[in-house]
Order: sequence, then C-alpha cells, then structure tokens
Amino acid sequence: MAKIIIDGTEVDVPPEYTLLQAAEAAGAEIPRFCFHERLSIAGNCRMCLVELKGSPKPVASCAWGVRDCRPGPNGEPPVVNTRTPLVRKAREGVMEFLLINHPLDCPICDQGGECDLQDQAMAYGVDSSRFHENKRAVEDKYIGPLVKTIMNRCIHCTRCIRFSAEVAGVPELGAIGRGEDMEITTYLEHAMSSELQGNVVDLCPVGALTSKPYAFAARPWELAKTETVDVMDAVGSAIRVDTRGREVMRILPRNNDDVNEEWISDKTRHVVDGLRTQRLDQPYIRDNGRLKPATWQQAFGVIAEHVKAAGANRIGAIAGDLAAVEDMFALKEMLSRLGVQNFDANHDGAAFNPSLGRATYLFNPTIAGIEQADALLIVGSNPRKEAAVLNARIRKRWRTGKFPVALIGEMADLTYPYDYLGGGPDSLAETAAGRDIFADTLRKAERPLVLLGASALTRKDGSGVAALAAKAAVELGAVKDGWNGFGVLHTGAARVGALDIGFVPGASGISAAEMAMPGTLDVLFLLGADEVDVPPGAFVVYVGTHGDAGAHRADVILPGAAYPEKSGIYVNTEGRVQIANRASFPPGDAREDWAIFRALSDVLGAKLPYDSLAALRQGLFKAHPHLQRIGQIAPGDAADIRRLAAQGGATEKAPFRSPVEDFYLTNPIARASAVMAECSALAERRTALSAAE
Amino acid sequence: MLDDRDRIFRNLYGLGDWGLEGARKRGSWDGTKAILDKGRDAIVNEVKASGLRGRGGAGFPTGVKWSFMPKTVGDRPHYLVVNADESEPGTCKDREIMRHDPHLLVEGCLIAGRAMDCRAGYIYVRGEFIRERERLQAAIDQAYEAKLLGKNNVHGYDFDLYVHHGAGAYICGEEMALLESLEGKKGQPRLKPPFPANMGLYGCPTTVNNVESIAVVPDIMRRGAAWFAGIGRQNNTGTKLFCISGHVERPCTVEDAMGVPLRELIETHCGGVRGGWDNLLAVIPGGSSMPLIPAGSAGCDDLLMDFDGCAKHKSALGTAAVIVMDKSTDIIRAMARISYFYKHESCGQCTPCREGMGWMWRVLTRMAEGRAQKREIDMLFDVTKQIEGHTICAFGDGAAWPVQGLLRHFRPEIERRIDEYTRKADVDAVRVAAE
Repeated sequence: MAKIIIDGTEVDVPPEYTLLQAAEAAGAEIPRFCFHERLSIAGNCRMCLVELKGSPKPVASCAWGVRDCRPGPNGEPPVVNTRTPLVRKAREGVMEFLLINHPLDCPICDQGGECDLQDQAMAYGVDSSRFHENKRAVEDKYIGPLVKTIMNRCIHCTRCIRFSAEVAGVPELGAIGRGEDMEITTYLEHAMSSELQGNVVDLCPVGALTSKPYAFAARPWELAKTETVDVMDAVGSAIRVDTRGREVMRILPRNNDDVNEEWISDKTRHVVDGLRTQRLDQPYIRDNGRLKPATWQQAFGVIAEHVKAAGANRIGAIAGDLAAVEDMFALKEMLSRLGVQNFDANHDGAAFNPSLGRATYLFNPTIAGIEQADALLIVGSNPRKEAAVLNARIRKRWRTGKFPVALIGEMADLTYPYDYLGGGPDSLAETAAGRDIFADTLRKAERPLVLLGASALTRKDGSGVAALAAKAAVELGAVKDGWNGFGVLHTGAARVGALDIGFVPGASGISAAEMAMPGTLDVLFLLGADEVDVPPGAFVVYVGTHGDAGAHRADVILPGAAYPEKSGIYVNTEGRVQIANRASFPPGDAREDWAIFRALSDVLGAKLPYDSLAALRQGLFKAHPHLQRIGQIAPGDAADIRRLAAQGGATEKAPFRSPVEDFYLTNPIARASAVMAECSALAERRTALSAAE
Repeated sequence: MLDDRDRIFRNLYGLGDWGLEGARKRGSWDGTKAILDKGRDAIVNEVKASGLRGRGGAGFPTGVKWSFMPKTVGDRPHYLVVNADESEPGTCKDREIMRHDPHLLVEGCLIAGRAMDCRAGYIYVRGEFIRERERLQAAIDQAYEAKLLGKNNVHGYDFDLYVHHGAGAYICGEEMALLESLEGKKGQPRLKPPFPANMGLYGCPTTVNNVESIAVVPDIMRRGAAWFAGIGRQNNTGTKLFCISGHVERPCTVEDAMGVPLRELIETHCGGVRGGWDNLLAVIPGGSSMPLIPAGSAGCDDLLMDFDGCAKHKSALGTAAVIVMDKSTDIIRAMARISYFYKHESCGQCTPCREGMGWMWRVLTRMAEGRAQKREIDMLFDVTKQIEGHTICAFGDGAAWPVQGLLRHFRPEIERRIDEYTRKADVDAVRVAAE
C-alpha cells in the first residue's frame, strides 16, 4: 500500500492504482471522457488533469500511477490536488476545446439526457463561445445496421476503437487522418461484424455513435427502467429494459462483474422489435386445418377433451429455450397430477441427465473463473456465436497472456488464436488419453478449463461424448481440489433451470425425440418449443409468444408472455439463479404462462394449489431450495464429473457441428425481429463474400 | 569563432569522400575497439563529463539520459534508437551528417550502443530523406563489410544497426511517437511514464537520441571530455551545428562553438542580415516551435546562441535552426503559416492540440489580414495557454510558443493592422453605400 494525499486527505491505496482511482478512493470525483475501466488507457481527452505537487505541468490522472509519484524531500507522501484553480482552468480549457467543434445539437441528439459531454459541460463549460470560426463538419459514416453515426459530434476519445480492438477482438474501427481531420471509421465504411458492436453505443460519451434501430424513438427521461436478465443465450446477462407505456423501447446492459461485466451481445440488445411483431395475442383453435381465434374457455375446453381422451402415457410436454423455471414447474406439476411422465427440456436431444448430478451440466468454473484459468480446451462449441459475452471473457483472459487455447470441433474465428486439435470425438479421445501435445499443456496448467459445448451432446453419441469430455477433464487435471474446470456451455436460457427442476423424462417417460415420433403421443404440450418437428397425429398445444414454427403446427395456441413481460427465474449456464423482472405486459389476451397452466389445471381437474406467483414460488423453493438463492450458484459436486467420466460410452467419428448457424436468428423472438433479420442477411453476405475469395 | 582543429564535422559540405576511406582519413573508426573496451561506465561518465546536451531540441544531458538505462541486461534486450526524423522547419543539420559524414553517426551508434549494452540500434530516418537514407545505408553496409559492425566484428562487441524509413510525419520525431511508428503503429505519442529507458521499443529499455548527439560521441571519446567541455560556456559545452536560414546573405549550416553570439554567427558565416544588422526584425533561434526573439538591444543584439542564452530571452535553442527575418517580413503571416504547419501535423490524439491548432491558425490568419477584434489578441494568448502543458507530448507546447512569442513582442503590429483594416472597411462601406 502507498500513502498519497489527495485534496488534503491522506489515503492508503495499492501502488498500482492510478491517480484517478486513488482520487476516487479519497472521494474526489474526476471528470473523464476517454478513460474507461474495462479498456486500455489512452489518456488523450485531457479532461482528468490534476495537479501533482512537484510536477511542472498538470498530469492526466487516468494514466499516472501512484507509484510514479515522487515522495517529498523528507519522504512525505505525494500531494495531489483535484480542486485547485489550476486544475479547474485546465479542465475548463479542455471543455472549451471539446465544444468548439461540437455541433451542440442536443435537442435533436439521441444521447441528450444521458450524455457525458452534456453533464461535464454543466460543471466545466461556460455559457458563451469565444470561437468565431466555422465549425468542423465531418461526413457521417455507414458502419452497419446497428450503429448510427453523427460524426460531427465525435470528440475522438477512441473508446470505440479500443473496444473493438480489445474486447470485441474484431479491430474494425480505426481513426484515419490526423489532427483536426482525424475521423473514426471502418475500413471503406464496411459494416462492423462483431456480435458485440452495440456496446460502442454505450461507450460513446457523446452522441456520435447512437443506436440505429432506436433512433429518435424516445428520450431517456420518458422511460421506465426495469432491471432484469437476458434470455437470448445461456449467459444470463444483466440487462435493463426501458419501457414507455407498455412498449419495450430498448434494452441496455447492466453491470454484473460475475456474468457479463457491462457488455451484452447485439442479439440481446436489438431483439426489441421482435417483441412487437408476430405476437400471439389471443388463443386459437385449429378448425378444419385453419387456426381460428377463440376464447380461453373454448381453448381450454378443446384441450380438456383431448387430454381426458388420452392415456397419461400418451401425453407429453417439451419445454423450449425461453421458458422460465416457474412456467416449466407449473406445467410439470399439472401434468404430473394426471400421471404424465413424458417431460423433456432437451428438445434438441442433448444427453443431459440431472440424475448424474448438477456438476455434469453446469459451467462449473464460472464465467468469472475463466480469468483464473490458465489453459483452455474447447470441445464442440463456438463460444463466439453461442455466448458472445462469455467469449469476450475468454478473450479478456487470453489478452493477459500465457493462456493456451485449443479447439476440437468446427473451425471458426473466435477472436483469439487457438491450436486446432481435430473435428470430432476421436481427437477428444486422443487428448483425453494424453496422446497429443495439448494434453501436456493442460496437465501442466494449474487451473485448466475444459469447455464442452452443449451441442456436442445433441448427437446420437451424446452421452458418450459427455463421458469422454468428462474423462478428459478428470484425466488432465481440470477437476481437483479447489478448482472444477469442467464447464458445459449451454445455448438455451431455460435449460439449466429445466434440468434443475427435473423437466426430463420420468422413470417410464420418453424423450423429446421419441415424443416427436409419429404415433407415440396423443397430446403434446409445447412450452415455447419451436425447434421441434412434430409429425401429424398428435394433438399439439402450443404455449408461447410468437407465431413461429410451434404455432404453425399447433392445434391449440395459448398466448403466453415473453421474458420482459413476466417475472421469472432463469438459471444460467453456470447454475447462477437469476430473477427476471416484469417490465411491461403481454399483448392482448396473452397471459403469463404459469397463470395459463393454473387456469388450465382447473379445467383438466388437476387444480394446482397456488393462486399467485408468490405461492407458486413457495412450492418451487420447497421442492428445489437452491433456486431461492437469487444471484448465487449452488456449486456442483466434482465427484459427479468423475462418475460421468467413468460411465463411458461409444462415440462416432462424425465431427462436431456448431448448433448456431445464424447467430442472429436463434429463437422465436429474434426470428420475428426485422433488425435481426437485417443483421443476419448482412452476415450471410459477408460469409458468401469471404467464401468466394 | 571555432578553431578548425576543434571541428567535429569535417566533411559537413561534402567536399571530401563520404565513404569509409574518407571517414578513416578524417579520423573515424580510429581506436574504436579501445574506446569500447573501456566499458560502459567509463563511456557514460566521459559523456557526462563532456557536458553534452541532447541536440534534438530539449537539451537534456546525454550522459545522464544514458545512465537511466538498466545497469544489467535482463530478459529484455536494450535498444538504441536514433532519431533522424529531422522535420522541424528550419532545421537541416542531421541530413548533412547523414549525407556527407554518415560514419560519424554509425560509429557513434556503436559506442552509444556499448555504453548502454544495446543489442541493436535503429535509425529512424524521415520519410522525405531518400538520398540520405541511401547514403546512410551504404555507410552501414560498408561498416558491415569491414566487420566494424554486426556479429563477430573486429571490436568484439556484437551490435546490429538498422535503418528504418519513416513516412514523413512531423510528429514521428517525438520520441514516443517515433517508437510507435517504428513498431509499425500509427505515429501517436505514448503516455509517459513509463519512460523509454524502462519501457521503450517493443516494451524493452530504449534510449532515443538525436543524430547530432550520437555523431559527436566518437570525437568526445577520442579527444576527451575535457576538450569538449572546454568549448562554449558552462552547461552549454561543445560545438553545435547551426542552420541559418531566412533573410541572410548566404544561408548555411555551420559548425560553431556553443554560446557564439547571434550577430557574430550571422555575420561571420552568412554574410550578415540582408540589408544590414539594423534591418533585422526578429529571429527564431531554434526551429519553428520556439518563440521568436525580436531585434534590438532587448533581443537579438546580445543573444548568445546556447541553451541558457536563449532561455534568457524566453525562448530556447531547440535544434539551433536560426530563422532570420528582416523588416520586409510580414511577421503575423509568418506565424500564421507556422500555425498552419502545426495544425496540419498535429496527430489528433489530445483534445487541446487537436482542437486548438485549428483555432489558433484561423484566428492568426484573420489577424494577418487585420480582420479581427483587439480583444481576440488576449483570447488567442489564453488559447495558447490552454494548450501549453496540457497535452501528452511537447507538440502542443511547441505550437503554442511561437504564437506566444508573436503576441508578446508584436502586439502593436497586430493592433495596427486591425485598425487599418477597420478603417479601410469603413471606407469601403461608405463607398458601397454611396453607389
């Protein structure tokens, strides 16, 4: 620890602290534009200048370390002043410079009301300008469908450049020209290709980069802000949903150092318009092959008819990727009362079996734990597409150095280099047996991490692959005291929660794949499961939000609530229990899913014993106590992984395939979004172009 | 005047052979092994004792700078980088060295490299210096061929020397931007600390020196620190290349002792100011980034051309590029042109420099016409003060100083021009109204 005197207060801070951090520790606020905690230090905006005793010039506090300060002649701690006239003058000067070429078009700027420059100008600006020349005009750039540029407003803080180069790992933004002619752009105005590009809008301290789909849509002070979690992937990023009236206007990231830091993927951010289109807002019944609007009573009546006619073993339920734990719990409770055992949340056929223990399907090292890992083996996954934010965390770890990464599976640009070990289970077997070079690397590592993509388990030999990966983890020292480096990366937000509450086939139940075979079932409930092909025959009840594949196949549609419209528990891939809050209301006659099942259960004669969400949660927590610890992870038992490893099983030769062919269109909400469709088309064109080269 | 025996740059005008043979005849590469064998401390101490101050502009003692390098080589190699990105307007001394006496520099690099345990040296040559780079490369090739450099050379100290050709940006002459550029990045100054002696080229300990600072080292080592320290004044020792341009009869680059009076310098070597000493308006003593010094008894008359002499007149020796302006000069336009240069060359990183350069230039351009308000003179001074000292590198200071110099010494001229313009504008307005 080093002592330093800031504005007369002596504080004790670690010597590697910058003056800015030390000042914050001492309670002094320092204005800044270019500095950002999660990016490298540029030190170019000069707003954070402070006076350092002994230095002839004011110094940039964001870049000057406490250990760089020289003590006084008798060893007194260095003295820093942040409020002297000199400092104030310097900052006012910088502010004046920033404003002379800034258009001051706040009334038509989307950043208005949440603009750093506006805020700082209140503190350091003056009310009139001494600049009587023409202001600089800069041409706006096209940098993709998500980020709108108004380059006159740019203050050249280079946060966006640093973000794309450092965090996103796709260095597409850069500055051309120099001096006052410096301009931020992509090469020849190509669209950015990163899945995290939306974050540059948050990073931009002014209105130079704003959200294109949200352009001129709302003012920040009109919006109601709801803190919740995201369900677009299994990461469970912390988000804030901004609504005006009942309409979701935009989605922004929240800070959660354990999960997403402060980034979210573009799908999370820009899926908003998908919440408005293609919505199911009233029940439908299929009549003579056509879906006809109906009342809830009619719909329930038809369902009751079919359920009563069917035997318990000919009724089944499949849960999709967006279902909240409560929804699945209520559905399972209801059908269990009728004696049904056919449940499955592994709609893609993934070989997850909760009876083997929770550790076998969790991302045990945790997302924050990636930063402690010192070697990484990726098996059958493309984390960049399956969990873009988690991939950024891997990249963050890689950037700190000494982090060998290897991949078994489909080759892809992951934004960091890796050793390619092969495409299929055979290569994994080689590694598990310690026969390739990377096995040595893993063995020598203190905290190796084996990342197993959920999709690798959707194959016929899924359980064999799971066992093999577990074996690799155990044999190569990824599972040991104090470190569990076996991590499963899920793609669906609902999956871990479903496995936690046992939404899997009961003792005599059948799996999703079997349920979807012709003639096995009479009644099939699809809880937002659109990725399952159900052949003709069974009577399908679709409970969901969008007119997607599931609704097309349905015989009865019960309109449910999308994730911002209900309060629900989601468990992310690490096993972290998180609660999503309601930000708006479901459209039309649509209802929250648990309430639908509660009402339906009455009609089916299997009345669920709770009348409120709170009561439901009580029942849920009683059955699964770990779910009440919101924000926490109930860690899995490492012994489970050893058991899984010992289980063995045959594997095939076919190489692993990534399940996410199109990052932008992985769920019904995204598929209903025009913005996502545009991104998807752009990505496809890019792929075609690069393939042609 | 400097005695011919004390000259270091004996082929400054290219009258003799630039090559190895010629250089040897002039004394280069003589006893280099013995110098290197003295060891690093001896060399550093000798350079310290000579009082040599950096010839690139800031005037930091070279020996002291060398002593900042780590004492032992750790797992990171040490590098010597020579700044041959001579772009300061008015300065043309390094190019003469590289053109006509490149072996002075090459030998200096070897000795400096030994003094800091450097494994390799890089000479960053300005983009526009095509012939200079070719000549320098040829000299290095000669040295390699003669086994004076490289692995297993005759001196027993392995040292490689590379020439890197820049792309012609002024800012790349700033040492940190030079290192960035050398690494292949955009030439933008890095933040200090860490200083290059700690984290320089590729993150390794590095010292960046000017061409002239390095080129005089072999002579200091051969003839002794006392000889060098005996020339000039205390704290301002040795000889120096002066580049005199502008309104003199014969502009030239010439070697003279530090502390030579400006008048003597101009009259001995350049044939005097055009139209006589009394026709002098002002000089910029050290390249365009230094404040001008006006003629007269409070200015140029008693100006001694060294670091302290120029500082006494609120200017600096800089690169010793003396720009002489006689009374025919439109001093405001001259400064506006210099401002334009800095506006054009600002890297654009720091706010004050990026935004302030254009502002200064625009105001000065108007002032040159007289199309300004008198209150803008104070405002302009305020703007220069807001730039000075608030940027990452010294570029901001160097651009603000000439403007400050103008405002300090030629305020009446600016006011006169504004008045004139106003008066004429009134006449025009009346005429237009009458039509």
